[in-house]
Amino acid sequence: MILVQLVADGLLLGAVYALLSSGLTLIWGMMNVVNFAHGDFVMLAMYIAFVAVTFLHVGPAVFVPLAALMLFGLGVGVYFALIRHVMRGPMLAQILSTFGLGILLRYMVFWVFSANFVSLPNRMAGGVLAIAGLRLQDSRLLAGLMALLLTVGLHLMLTRTAFGSRLLAVAEDRTAAMLVGIRPDAMQALAWGIGAACAGVAGALIALFFYISPLVGDSLVLIAFVTVCLGGFGSIPGALVAGLAIGVIESLSAWFIGAAWQDVVVFALFLLALWLRPQGLMGKA
Amino acid sequence: MTLSRRTVLVAPALALPAILRVSAAHAAAAVRIGAIFPLTGAMASAGDAIRSGVELLVDLINTANPNLAPIPLMATAGLPRLGGAKVEIVFADGQNSPAVAQSDALRLITQQHVVALTGAYQSGNTLTASAVSERYGIPFVNGESVATNLTTRGYKWFFRTTPIGPDIAKLYLDFLASVQKSGMKTSKIALVHDTSEYGVSVADTIKKAAAERKTPVALDVAYTNGTSDVSAQVLKLKQAAPDAAIFISYTSDAILFMKTMHVQNYKPPILIGDDSGFSDPSFITTVGSLAQGVLDRSAFVPGKPGSNAAKINALYKKKTGRELDDTTARSMTGLLVLCDAINRAGSTKPDAIRAALGATDLMPAQLFIGYKGIKFNAQGQNILASALMVQLDGTEYQAVWPSDQASAKLVLPFKGWT
Repeated sequence: MILVQLVADGLLLGAVYALLSSGLTLIWGMMNVVNFAHGDFVMLAMYIAFVAVTFLHVGPAVFVPLAALMLFGLGVGVYFALIRHVMRGPMLAQILSTFGLGILLRYMVFWVFSANFVSLPNRMAGGVLAIAGLRLQDSRLLAGLMALLLTVGLHLMLTRTAFGSRLLAVAEDRTAAMLVGIRPDAMQALAWGIGAACAGVAGALIALFFYISPLVGDSLVLIAFVTVCLGGFGSIPGALVAGLAIGVIESLSAWFIGAAWQDVVVFALFLLALWLRPQGLMGKA
Repeated sequence: MTLSRRTVLVAPALALPAILRVSAAHAAAAVRIGAIFPLTGAMASAGDAIRSGVELLVDLINTANPNLAPIPLMATAGLPRLGGAKVEIVFADGQNSPAVAQSDALRLITQQHVVALTGAYQSGNTLTASAVSERYGIPFVNGESVATNLTTRGYKWFFRTTPIGPDIAKLYLDFLASVQKSGMKTSKIALVHDTSEYGVSVADTIKKAAAERKTPVALDVAYTNGTSDVSAQVLKLKQAAPDAAIFISYTSDAILFMKTMHVQNYKPPILIGDDSGFSDPSFITTVGSLAQGVLDRSAFVPGKPGSNAAKINALYKKKTGRELDDTTARSMTGLLVLCDAINRAGSTKPDAIRAALGATDLMPAQLFIGYKGIKFNAQGQNILASALMVQLDGTEYQAVWPSDQASAKLVLPFKGWT
């Protein structure tokens, strides 16, 4: 019974990792830019949820779309103000610029909200679904469901729509895409907007059951980078599978070996997986 | 000579050090003390609370406050034995990194020329920062780090006022023994701790003390600080069903544990949170409603109106809007002892300060914290440090044990949430 609960907890945690990595994968896959500010985007969304709940007294039905919308705007803004320019620079400039952006965001929040931990009212985390001796938190189930929806949605968008084809065309060959009348700037700005909006959804949902602080992105997002890498750079279904796998491995290793060692297990298996399959579980060779 | 744009820009910059020297000379009377605390990073909520406390204490020392007279340095403005010199705190941000705290100490000593150091909250940070001050022969007074090994290194320049590992272990085990006498089973103890200097040191000390009393710790759950999930750890506790669980956790993990225990609907009959995370004011604002009846150690209780503690608490509340927490009160006490020693030394020479620290002998009536006094042994540890058990009721911790110092009745089992 414990084993079932452990796997269920692991899957729910894995869904959170998948949710966190969806936006990251999109930006990574579309533009080969690693957004090191992703964790701070998630953190901003958590504060948007906090402000919305505290001052507007609204529920997740309002603050999740609100966070998605605001982060979408931020993503587009960041693309035009920053990414478009550093894309022309060396790789290192791209890495450091998003890294710097992340630090700027967290210290802005630090300044406004101080370092104190905050949290949404605990009743907002919803109830607990108790079936057959299992205890599953509603808000985590919601986050898991949303991770699934986002993954399927993004995957369909990229593979089944004209918009997705245009995005992929720009990712494949920018000049050729321009020749057939696609505006790469508009496409990539939208990719950033959508990627950031995914971070918005993730942050707003995770805020339901996690604490909020300016550095919360650090606790959450390191594993998301591993998830994206393990799933295969740019593979959206891959990130889901990898996220779920990492969640279950963490949960089981915390139980059987000890929580202090769970990172060791995860990273050892991660290295092994990359050794066997460098392109990631579902990446293209 | 033609004035180029470069000359115009550079000349004042070149003159700047001279200007700074002049202003430094003007303020030479001020006694500069370096204070390393985690002002940013994962522990910043605790560091922020401490910073406010340190600022308040320095304000009180630098102005005359006869109404706080029994506390040293309060009645007069500045340090009387140094001609009323003001105390000036140079803050440094140790973040959540022993390496940063170490370079902070080096910078404060060699560039800011502080006469003494205080800090640095996390035991791991204090460990590295005090190694630097030891090398330079600069006094370091710590008020809040509890890892036992800090005062077993044979250091000459390190002094510590807080109760430490063995005191804490004794407090918890005595408390549990007393609860057992009243008829509630307490022999099966679980420890939950992170793998930081603080977590490991305190957990090991409790384990050792428990084994000596023939009640060995039944379950030991170690985890990494700043973890994203603690479901498996809580399941382990639930499965083992200990009589008492002792958590040695910093703030973020303490919050996560309470939220996860709520989801798993698990309440240990006795839940003790070892200060740090559980005494952070933001622990109460975030998960206070899930942690009703959590027990904690504390050396600070606001106490009766008119007491030193109540007066300092009121001033802190006026400044920050929050109650003074135990950790901040302990840090302030460390700094107070340091300033008192500098004053008694009548000098800012390291040797004189060290000798004065060694001769410290403060009575409970001179303190605003519940120690039995302050007197250092040869290792620099305060031998009169003590703490009592407090319990969260609503949004405040109340003293509940030992019963002669209690301000509220002990309520067991742990209530948690409703």
